[in-house]
Amino acid sequence: MSDATLSFEEAMEKYDPVLGFEVHVELNTKTKMFSSAPNVFGDEPNTNVNEVDLGMPGVLPVVNRTAIESSIKIGLALNCKIAETCRFARKNYFYPDTPKNFQTSQYDEPIAYDGYLDIELSDGTMFRVEIERAHMEEDAGKLTHMGGATGRIQGADYSLVDYNRSGVPLVEIVTKPIEGAGSRAPELAKAYVAAVREIVKNLGVSDAKMERGNVRCDANVSLRPHGRERFGIRSETKNVNSLRAVEHAVHYEIRRHAAVLDSGEPVIQETRHWHEDTRSTTSGRPKSDADDYRYFPEPDLVPIVASREWVEELRATLPEPPAARRKRLQAHWGYSDLEFRDVVNAGVMDEIEETIAAGATATVARKWWMGEIVGRAKIADVDPGQLGVAPATIVELNTMVEDGKINNKMATEVLDGVLAGEGTPAEIVAKRGLAVVSDDGPLLEAIDAALAAQPGVADKIRGGKLQAIGAIVGGVMKATRGQADAGRVRELILERLGVEG
Amino acid sequence: MAAINRDDVAHLARLAHIEMSAEELDRMAGELAVIVESVKSVSEAAGEDVPATSHPIPLTNVFREDVVGHTFTAEQALSGAPDAYEGRFKVPAILDEG
Repeated sequence: MSDATLSFEEAMEKYDPVLGFEVHVELNTKTKMFSSAPNVFGDEPNTNVNEVDLGMPGVLPVVNRTAIESSIKIGLALNCKIAETCRFARKNYFYPDTPKNFQTSQYDEPIAYDGYLDIELSDGTMFRVEIERAHMEEDAGKLTHMGGATGRIQGADYSLVDYNRSGVPLVEIVTKPIEGAGSRAPELAKAYVAAVREIVKNLGVSDAKMERGNVRCDANVSLRPHGRERFGIRSETKNVNSLRAVEHAVHYEIRRHAAVLDSGEPVIQETRHWHEDTRSTTSGRPKSDADDYRYFPEPDLVPIVASREWVEELRATLPEPPAARRKRLQAHWGYSDLEFRDVVNAGVMDEIEETIAAGATATVARKWWMGEIVGRAKIADVDPGQLGVAPATIVELNTMVEDGKINNKMATEVLDGVLAGEGTPAEIVAKRGLAVVSDDGPLLEAIDAALAAQPGVADKIRGGKLQAIGAIVGGVMKATRGQADAGRVRELILERLGVEG
Repeated sequence: MAAINRDDVAHLARLAHIEMSAEELDRMAGELAVIVESVKSVSEAAGEDVPATSHPIPLTNVFREDVVGHTFTAEQALSGAPDAYEGRFKVPAILDEG
């Protein structure tokens, strides 16, 4: 059953959105938050676990120092205050994603609090998002729902659990309610999550791959009539796991809330599940006072005391903030403001940086990413970085063009081959028999044929009308199926006709 | 602090997948009630001026270096599982058709 929605424009005319985000960041420590089992993605199920991760009776968790330092760094990068002392707490619930029946988290004593992040929107508008807190916790195991129609949780017959992810260190970043975004709300949502991802990646504390769940967003949306101060009832859309999905989920929830409010019904405070295929949400479990996690301080862990000296030591290790980095990269690459903003908005700044590091010039890197890959990513409906083009591929393609082995048209054909999984550029060139025909013999044959086919044009050229040469070049290119070097063809035609170029 | 009655115990037993007989429920409800009462008496003794204690020893910053230690094999991890499938724990579906 799909919910009614209003158009976004109508929703904006009638209502004012208030947003809130909980972003979970998986830290890339070598080991887990409370156990020495490895923190590795993608291994065989239930092999990166030991007795602590499985919640065996009588085991004792021990805090990972690096995870604490990473958490403090995140807090500092989000302009937060760092708690002088804080504790872990047990969040009690029964669900098979934790074998302990509680998640070790922080409750009323987060390690970082009261921060902010200045977010730049696509047109350069700055928007400040206040950070309520950033607290430490452990990730849960991964459930796969089996049976039922679609592998979704509803209607599943049973679930399979892999606890490899159980105990992976997480930092949960919680915003204060975000007011005043208006119709920019979906864009701000995307930009905010992108900024958080960028920061943790830049800090080196997370692999920050959304497609692997390193950065996960729960998006809260509520609407209120314009001019009213009190917030409306919110929904929380869980696990929106790509930047585009964050934007779409907020867009959809605004339209859905508006339709509910228009019908005179109250919005139900509930968890919503995001579905990428239909770009819509469906109702999960209702949230209510029944969500009583009976938090209490974790008796197996002692308090964390972050001395001011330690905090300052960590602050001194922070890398250049992303905004400053952008300024530096733009100057370094020599892009105009517009060119650079387009690159940032297309989400390919990191990719261009990697491509330049792999050996391309700034101009070449931009040409490929902005000219070829971004458009293909749009058609494929994925982020450009996820399309599957490695920086080395671009360097290889460009080198082939510069060496005259293939022309630009062939290069884009080879790129499509790479994306279709046909192999490396060199392999595809060989397999498809692509190569610029530089041997003059076959070219001259094709030129003679083209001249013979269009004698009128040949006469014009002989008579000095050099612009007519395009028709002959075109004929040659057609005959060689685009494999000729057009410049060389032009030279040869003129030579053949005895005309000075 | 709320009291614990027999229904609460039955509810918890169901959540924790622990099968309990009627007799066991009666006995456990009684035992837990005593524990809750005992904790209540501690709450009464500790006034506003006594800070909450989460650990009996005044230690802070007990850390472990970020070095990989031992792990289980999947067979070991699953050895106590009531049900398993292809290296994973098999559990009943949690949500009904919503």
